[in-house]
Amino acid sequence: MRTMTRAVLVGLLATLAAAPPASAETVRIGFITSLSGPAGIIGKHMKDSVELALDHLGRRVGGLDVEVIYGDDQQKPDVGKQVADEMLKKHKVHFVSGIIWSNVMLAVAPVVTRERVFMIGTNAGPHQLAGKDCSEYFFTTSWQNDQTPEAMGKYMTDQGLTDVHIMAPNYAAGKDMLSGFKRYFRGRIIAEVYTQVNQPDYQAEISQIRAANPKAVFVFYPGAMGIQFVKQYAQAGLREQIPLYSVYTIDEVTLPALKEAALGIWETRYWSPDLSNEANTKYVSDFRKKYGYTPAFYGAQSYDGVMLIDAAVRAVKGDLANKAGMIAAMRKADYKSTRGPYKYNLNHFPIENFYLLKTVRTPEGEFAMQIQKTVFENHKDAYAKDCGMQW
Amino acid sequence: MAISRRAIVLAAGAVLLALVPPVAGLLNQPFYVDLFRRMMIFAIAALSLDLILGYGGMVSFGHAAYLGIGAYAVGIFAFYGVDNGFLQWSVAIAASAAAALVIGVISIRTSGVYFIMITLAFTQMLYYLGISLETYGGDNGMPLKTRSQFAGLVDLRNPSAFYYVVLALLLLFLLLGRRLVDARFGMVIRSARSNEPRARAIGFAPFRYKLAAFVLAGGACGLAGALLANQTEYLTPDFMHWTRSGEIMFMVILGGMRTLFGPVLGAVVLLGLEDVLSALTEHWQIILGPFLVVVVLFAKRGLFGLVSRDG
Amino acid sequence: MLLVLEQGLNGLQYGVMLFLMAAGLTLVFGIMNLVNLAHGSLYMVGAYLATAFARWTGSFVLGALLALPATLLVGVVVEVIALRTLYERDHLDQVLATFGLILFFNELVAIVWGRAAIYTSLPPSLSGSFVLLPGLRYPTYRALVILVGVAAAVFLYVLVTSTRLGMLIRAGASNRTMVAALGVNIRRLYTLVFGLGAALAGLAGLMAGPIYAVQPGMGEQILIQVFVVIIIGGIGSIRGAVAGAMVVGMVDTLGRAFLRPTLSTIVSPAAADKAGPALASMLIYLMMAAVLFFRPQGLFPTRGR
Repeated sequence: MRTMTRAVLVGLLATLAAAPPASAETVRIGFITSLSGPAGIIGKHMKDSVELALDHLGRRVGGLDVEVIYGDDQQKPDVGKQVADEMLKKHKVHFVSGIIWSNVMLAVAPVVTRERVFMIGTNAGPHQLAGKDCSEYFFTTSWQNDQTPEAMGKYMTDQGLTDVHIMAPNYAAGKDMLSGFKRYFRGRIIAEVYTQVNQPDYQAEISQIRAANPKAVFVFYPGAMGIQFVKQYAQAGLREQIPLYSVYTIDEVTLPALKEAALGIWETRYWSPDLSNEANTKYVSDFRKKYGYTPAFYGAQSYDGVMLIDAAVRAVKGDLANKAGMIAAMRKADYKSTRGPYKYNLNHFPIENFYLLKTVRTPEGEFAMQIQKTVFENHKDAYAKDCGMQW
Repeated sequence: MAISRRAIVLAAGAVLLALVPPVAGLLNQPFYVDLFRRMMIFAIAALSLDLILGYGGMVSFGHAAYLGIGAYAVGIFAFYGVDNGFLQWSVAIAASAAAALVIGVISIRTSGVYFIMITLAFTQMLYYLGISLETYGGDNGMPLKTRSQFAGLVDLRNPSAFYYVVLALLLLFLLLGRRLVDARFGMVIRSARSNEPRARAIGFAPFRYKLAAFVLAGGACGLAGALLANQTEYLTPDFMHWTRSGEIMFMVILGGMRTLFGPVLGAVVLLGLEDVLSALTEHWQIILGPFLVVVVLFAKRGLFGLVSRDG
Repeated sequence: MLLVLEQGLNGLQYGVMLFLMAAGLTLVFGIMNLVNLAHGSLYMVGAYLATAFARWTGSFVLGALLALPATLLVGVVVEVIALRTLYERDHLDQVLATFGLILFFNELVAIVWGRAAIYTSLPPSLSGSFVLLPGLRYPTYRALVILVGVAAAVFLYVLVTSTRLGMLIRAGASNRTMVAALGVNIRRLYTLVFGLGAALAGLAGLMAGPIYAVQPGMGEQILIQVFVVIIIGGIGSIRGAVAGAMVVGMVDTLGRAFLRPTLSTIVSPAAADKAGPALASMLIYLMMAAVLFFRPQGLFPTRGR
């Protein structure tokens, strides 16, 4: 018994002592994403991109040594919050970055910004953080959730499409996506269907679509749900009959599992591997060289996140205590982004272009998403007006 | 001697836990206050499950439901600007107990694997209900703007104060639980576990006792949910996911069933392992999984059984 | 009317998938008294192996044929190494140990094949749809799933009712000591039954591959529904598994298709839009609670449990 107690005490002290000391010469970045579980693949795209960004920067950020601590949120908000606390209080990080899921972001961002530490989001863009809950310490290198479906709504309106069937999983993101779509879509919507989260089989819904025979179908089915829906849609023979338009459903993560089932399906997005600019070409080709697969937008955003931090630290010449200076620097977005140059809106969300993408078979016989045209130039999100920040 | 040995372990545990904030403060590592507080909150949930699982033999695979209900009770009040902790926490307990009553009335009629699955089914229903509550954020959940307020008595925003509140509640539940299982009430549910017809034959109505235990455990876990909402300052239907029920169950088994203190140890070790392993490798579940199997296969009486070998 | 028929077929097809999973689970429970949460992992293993073998041989059918015995083998190995010692333990230990196995298998698959969903191909002859009735096109592959599932059910029925193995299975389910006393090697019987259950799960998995996303954790998406099936049917009963699978398949499919439109004739369409999807996802759990309230042992209770 006594040995047990002693062992516990010694163990406790050892863990405490093993924590790194705070030092001024090293930039510490806590990168939180989902590394375990089904979503771990997205986490991998992000982590690999962060490492590539560090390679490109010669393993220094803003001229200082850098240490990146990765944290696994397990896709759970409370675990994400716990990991964020660990980043702040144990690792004493200067920046928290990453985060895939809106709900994890909503739990983590306030905790980080409250401590006057920077939260550099590299995926989730919930409307609360773009609107009333915006913060000087919060920046994102991605988008506000609604912007992408808005672009699709705009494009389908421009095409004169009407009698559209729209679908999404029955959860907050699904509802946001459809409301974003409806904000810009002017045609008639004949049915708005919400399915169960993580539902594997969509045949019942597909039969309903066939019976209703709409002119087009618009869906939001991220991850495995998208793979399932798109496969089943193609197998039912509907892909040739009723064109499918989607957002966050087909990307470089799901495409390898879909291949020809995704051919001809339309997406909108702010970025694509074939987007032509110097930074992106370098990012995509080096990424493929180093890891042997094609990065998805999750990765591009994470790469940009590190570059944004680098620009901020560089601007204050390594004085990490100069937070006002870093805020001012980041607002300029003065770095080589993979999406090309962009500006920040007052709420620290990018004002950026959105493109129409299509799944095609390349001459080499591979499947890829390719940019067809620009739908929005310098598109702002709808919530910035609710954010009181002025600068 | 048997009792004293167990008492020593208990006292040592309490002292160790009480020392966490000062030691963390000394080492300038306040994170450990958060981590251990989270462990203790899950310890309360595991402890309440032990009451029905260990003593009552009711294998509830839906204990996370009360965690969720307790959290939502706090969150919904806070949403409407009511942050009085006395009110929030009482409603958290009452609402979870009420839910446990409804679930219990239907479930306790069944036994064995049917009981496991029906409790799971109810939790799934509550999980989907949580997802469909759009006003309260749906699946995203919602932030808790302010932690529960106790009229200036304690300030939960102070990490150490909150820590000691949780510790006090944990010790209180340990003592209450001990009293309860040693009392006539506890004897009845224990006898109902080992031999229900006999209990009925000597004149007890096990159903009512089992139901009462089920409701008590639900209420206690509801309080853990209220604490968890305050700890996370955020609440989501994810608190009610079925894997969460599995985790709480595992804390009980890992620590040792029917010991009350065991589940506390189980919660501390499991969450500690998760924290350490996930920092080491993203494949930490391949270590945790077989660890579960090995504990179940070889450490029948859990970690507490190893520490206090006195039967 | 055609739509109702088509949705009925969809329900049948979903029911068939559920049945293949449920049959193995209920057999293992009925005979060894083992609650196996890791049954979903065997389904996942079946899907992965079929995909891997199909890629290796270049043929979907060959891949499927190889995956079946391979999954059976995996099942046997798991039984011998981990589960054998669990038969005498209570349900709680079984639930936890097999929960641990889920974590293990998901990570193992992630390490071997990566975390991303993998591509599963179908021969062109199966990937389209055909005209079943005038005005009713149905996906060819789904029709095949129904046929295979029904064939598997018939095979199981014949196996259980008219073979020596089936006799032992039935005997083992009702009185295990007696079977052992009669000189039957009960351990080998158990291993065999577990392997059979694993192969059935593998069959469900390999048929699911081309429809669903093949990725770590895919087993848990269907596992809970399968438990609902065997609880409604009555644990240990193959007949119950058939009934439960059909009921759940139909209720779930028809609920998703018709609940919202039906609700909107009763309450306002806006309210139906809100309540419909939530209610549809709770439907099978509500049904299970209701069944257990009136029949605590399920629809087809087996004796002695």
